[in-house]
Amino acid sequence: MALNQFLILAAFLFGTGVYGVVARRNGVLMLMSVELMLQAVNINLVAFSAFLHDVSGQVFALFVITVAAAEVGVGLAIILLIYRNLGSPDLDRVEQLKG
Amino acid sequence: MNPHIDFHALAPEIVLAATLVVVLVADLLLPDRERWQTSRLATIGVLAAFVPVITLAVDGADRSMFGGAYVVDNYALAFKGFFILVAYVVLLMSVDYISEGDYYQGEFYFVLLTSVLGMSVMGSARDLVSIFIALETITMPTFVLAGWRKHDTKSNEAAIKYLIIGVLSSALMLYGMSLVYGMSGSTLLTDIGAFVAKGGTPPLMIVAMFLTIAGFAFKVSAVPFHFWVPDTYEGAPTPVTAFLSVASKAGGFAALVSIVFVGFYPDKGAWQPTLWVLAAASMTLGNLTALRQTNIVRMLAYSSIAQGGFILVPLAVAGESASAANSAREAVIIYLLIYGAMNLGAFAVVMALARRTRSGEISSYAGLMQYSPGLALVMSAFMFSLAGVPPLAGWFAKFVMFRAVIDAATPAAVTLGVIAAVNSVIAFFYYVGVVRQMWLQPAPEGTEDRPVRIPMALSSALAITTVVVVVVGVYPQVFAKIGELARLGG
Repeated sequence: MALNQFLILAAFLFGTGVYGVVARRNGVLMLMSVELMLQAVNINLVAFSAFLHDVSGQVFALFVITVAAAEVGVGLAIILLIYRNLGSPDLDRVEQLKG
Repeated sequence: MNPHIDFHALAPEIVLAATLVVVLVADLLLPDRERWQTSRLATIGVLAAFVPVITLAVDGADRSMFGGAYVVDNYALAFKGFFILVAYVVLLMSVDYISEGDYYQGEFYFVLLTSVLGMSVMGSARDLVSIFIALETITMPTFVLAGWRKHDTKSNEAAIKYLIIGVLSSALMLYGMSLVYGMSGSTLLTDIGAFVAKGGTPPLMIVAMFLTIAGFAFKVSAVPFHFWVPDTYEGAPTPVTAFLSVASKAGGFAALVSIVFVGFYPDKGAWQPTLWVLAAASMTLGNLTALRQTNIVRMLAYSSIAQGGFILVPLAVAGESASAANSAREAVIIYLLIYGAMNLGAFAVVMALARRTRSGEISSYAGLMQYSPGLALVMSAFMFSLAGVPPLAGWFAKFVMFRAVIDAATPAAVTLGVIAAVNSVIAFFYYVGVVRQMWLQPAPEGTEDRPVRIPMALSSALAITTVVVVVVGVYPQVFAKIGELARLGG
């Protein structure tokens, strides 16, 4: 089985995610970009796991999925707070603290 | 096949987990006026969790579970004990702050203890999966804690900046870990170490190590991954800031030490340069930026970045020889213990004074010596200790750091040592700046003459940290012993 195709797909997804986090200013879109990065990790883990015939990569991927869900939960809660207090999910408006 | 479970080895975590459930249920059942009782429950639970740490230390045997993924050795116990005591001091600092505001008391302690539970696991984690889970258990509650003052936009900002950078760094670290797993074929650190020791590390493995270390660099707030630190520290509630600056950072270091020493150690060319650059940049940038801060919390934030750089110094030279590795591991642990005491103490003083002045400006410390000499003396002790002036504990931390550099004795190590020495001098100026405000500047017009009233719990926190800073400064053998004993099992 060709491992490279999966690794290249994962690297592409990861790069897209990094670009999204850097370029987007909307909180929700930034969180989604981080999710892309985490999915890239999962593809890597599962591909390696199948390639190595070793189950621990799949177990790792399951943990990553669970933690990613919790991360989004906390993240959306905080973005919701900002939306309520400032009326916008645009994180460029969040800039009181400087120095 | 049933995995072997050693309940004695897991006892600190079991007690912590039980405590946080009890706190959450008590918060649900207690009437509003009785909610403060949850802080008492949390404190008792944390102290109870310290008991098994002692019994395990007395027992002394290394315990290993789940195929070596979870190890309880002296190294793990040193970190567990440290985290639990830090949690106790942070609880003392939080009690009045939380009960005076409208701050959902029960949930606060629940979330705080969850993070402490993650730290306790982190000390023992020797596997990529368990390190990742422990790290997320530490970090995710702290996102919530940073944004605890829901209606304060500064607190919101602190939380969102911390969250975005936190999840981004987790993703980087995980990507690195997934590649490490793919190259070495195992998530166990000992297996990864054996793979690296075979030599001929593939280039992709070096990239993977770099990404993994970069992920941890966010957690220990090393430059250039430090942008969240000042903003999050300023916006978060002060007890949470104290917790972040000490416990959360030490959690990152616990993981970094076990990954580097057990996993990556044999190929020093792959990880030493990264850590060298991180250490040099953190010290220099942290100190230079701290010089021009006018807000005490922001100054302490940059100071904690710089101190993180000092803690990275021994790690960055650890690969040179076996004796360098030994003294580096000791140096990191001793530095963290001492840094914990003095930084928590400094934040306790900031909280005590903010109750009177409602201000975070360094200029609001003017004339503190006139109206509150006790507080001014204690703050001076913490500032001099952070600067590394004998006979306060900070000098011993700096001493063990330089000893690790001398043990390594390569040109790169010596250069780093010189950078650290120059930085210690720069740091002296801004720490002494605070002391000068307190001792030499007159108090502003209209300052009340009576001393600042400090609540019981906060003054106990101050007393504990002061005693540690003074006693360890005079008798450094106390912590030197812990450093020597804390060997890292496989």
